[in-house]
Amino acid sequence: MSITVSNISKSYKSVKALENISFNVKEGELFGLIGPDGSGKTTLFRILTTLLIANEGSATVADFDVVADYKKIRNNVGYMPGKFSLYQDLTIEENLEFFATIFGTTIEENYDLIKDIYVQIEPFKDRRAGKLSGGMKQKLALCCALIHKPKVLFLDEPTTGVDPVSRKEFWEMLKRLQQKGITILVSTPYMDEAALCDRIALIQDGKILQIDTPQAIVKHYPKQIFNVRANNTYQLINSLKAYEHNHSVYPFGEFVHYTDKRADFEREDLIQYLESENLSDIEIEKTLPTIEDTFMELAK
Amino acid sequence: MLPIIFVLPILQLVILSNAATFEVKNIKFGYIDNDHTSTSRALVEKFNASTYFNVLTDFPSEALASASMLKGEVDVLLQIPHYFERDLQKEKQNKLGVTINAIDGAAAGVENVYVKQIVQRFNQNIKVNLLQVSDKQIQPITIETIPLFWYNKTLNYKTFMVPGILVLLVTMITLFLSGMNIVREKEIGTLEQINVTPIKKSQFIIGKLFPFWVIGMGLLTVGLILAKVIFNVPMLGSLPLMYLYTSIYILVILGIGLFISNFTDTQQQAMFIAWFFTVIFILMSGLFTPIESMPKWAQTLTEFNPIRYFVEVMRMVMLKGSGFNDILPQLLKTALYAFIMNGLAVWSYKKTN
Repeated sequence: MSITVSNISKSYKSVKALENISFNVKEGELFGLIGPDGSGKTTLFRILTTLLIANEGSATVADFDVVADYKKIRNNVGYMPGKFSLYQDLTIEENLEFFATIFGTTIEENYDLIKDIYVQIEPFKDRRAGKLSGGMKQKLALCCALIHKPKVLFLDEPTTGVDPVSRKEFWEMLKRLQQKGITILVSTPYMDEAALCDRIALIQDGKILQIDTPQAIVKHYPKQIFNVRANNTYQLINSLKAYEHNHSVYPFGEFVHYTDKRADFEREDLIQYLESENLSDIEIEKTLPTIEDTFMELAK
Repeated sequence: MLPIIFVLPILQLVILSNAATFEVKNIKFGYIDNDHTSTSRALVEKFNASTYFNVLTDFPSEALASASMLKGEVDVLLQIPHYFERDLQKEKQNKLGVTINAIDGAAAGVENVYVKQIVQRFNQNIKVNLLQVSDKQIQPITIETIPLFWYNKTLNYKTFMVPGILVLLVTMITLFLSGMNIVREKEIGTLEQINVTPIKKSQFIIGKLFPFWVIGMGLLTVGLILAKVIFNVPMLGSLPLMYLYTSIYILVILGIGLFISNFTDTQQQAMFIAWFFTVIFILMSGLFTPIESMPKWAQTLTEFNPIRYFVEVMRMVMLKGSGFNDILPQLLKTALYAFIMNGLAVWSYKKTN
């Protein structure tokens, strides 16, 4: 096991940040922590990267205990905090060299690991980190986290505030790193990224709701979801919420995801109801649940 | 932040108003009595009775007295000549030598006036005692004092202030820079990244503080050059000694800076606390107001003030030409201070919380 977490709890004064969290991450796995802001993801990362000590429970990273062997962990993990935290007044190259030196290695030694990523930012290597775009900062931070060839990589919301193209590229990079045998624990508030992980844990208010592969999590969704569309989306949502048989109503892109309480749901009933609410151009189609739907259902 | 805004200024108001006094009191007074008669003893008794003078020592020789003044143990030295009483009775007049440590020109002026007043009053008493009724004609008796201002003959205040202000600049810049530096890393988040690396506490701290140590030494160099070129401040003592002391002194300041930054979360807080301590340190350092004039409790407080020692040492070495042995007490206290502050700072700096 690359990461084991058992019964970890942590509270800040009166606020419980984590409650009895347990999970395991296998070696070479890409594991996602999916949850909204404030759900405790960063606290968990800080405990696993030895920056914070849990109130209860124990955890190991790369077979080292996070409390007793914290020094060994620091040699074996790469951590990329959610907030860009490299030296803004150093250039790309200087930052990389600096972190390589602290870890007692050189850029050349592990160059093959970062090569794919580094070549993308190499043209700007004399530019100061503070002057880089969000996507480039991300790549630099990843390079710095990888420079000492860590066994486990912790990425705390790496794609927050990054454009969609860079996000997609970033996940492709993670996939390639995973093939090189690095265990990756990544957190994200974006549900669409969850599908790219091997396994995910849905986390909310410091508790884990479910842990499974993205496909299995979606399969567990108990209801049939319908995409509903009409001429006035706002009124549509209000009307659906007022509908006596509704189970859940969430806006989802251009549609509204709707589930019904009844087992024998008839599309015509709903269309009639919505027409009586002065909506037109009504479309109702069956659709497959996504992780977001599952999360909303579990978080209810 | 709220307690910092309200508590610290109130503390400053209470402490500083009481301690930072411009009065000249508790003057360290020594004398050489070459006469040993009742008159000379009566004169010394006058000084003893005065609240302004602390009569400390009776020196057997001039050499010992001078050495003591060099060490800063005595600020005013009264020399009573041989046959003081006899000459007074015979010639009705006499002269007293007064040597005043004039590094602080303003205080020296005030001290001179005090000495004159006491001697004048002594003159009047002596008329009654020494002149017997047989003297029909009352001749005025006069004892004159001849002041000699040491270390700063012309009472030039720049000579006094420049070494002190140099101390102040070195202190403020190194304290503020070091105090804010690690807090800045906390603010922008780089500290978190550093903390997960295997870098050792001591390596990190030395790496952070060493540049400021160099800056502090650089500032001293620039300051000394300017003091010589612009103000022509005398530099009697040895430069290496000044650098030796400063190199230890800056360690104290860096330790304090690091300590502050460990307990603050923002640069604003760090700045505020650093400023609070600098103001107290400066006003209680003897830079502007003599420490001897402060109330007893405030004098005790100044024992914990590193700037006090630095001011003392700089003035002693630059203006008096004191040597290694003269400044040894200050040097040892500063070294101890440096050790304690840096120990506390390293101990309170945590990579995990």
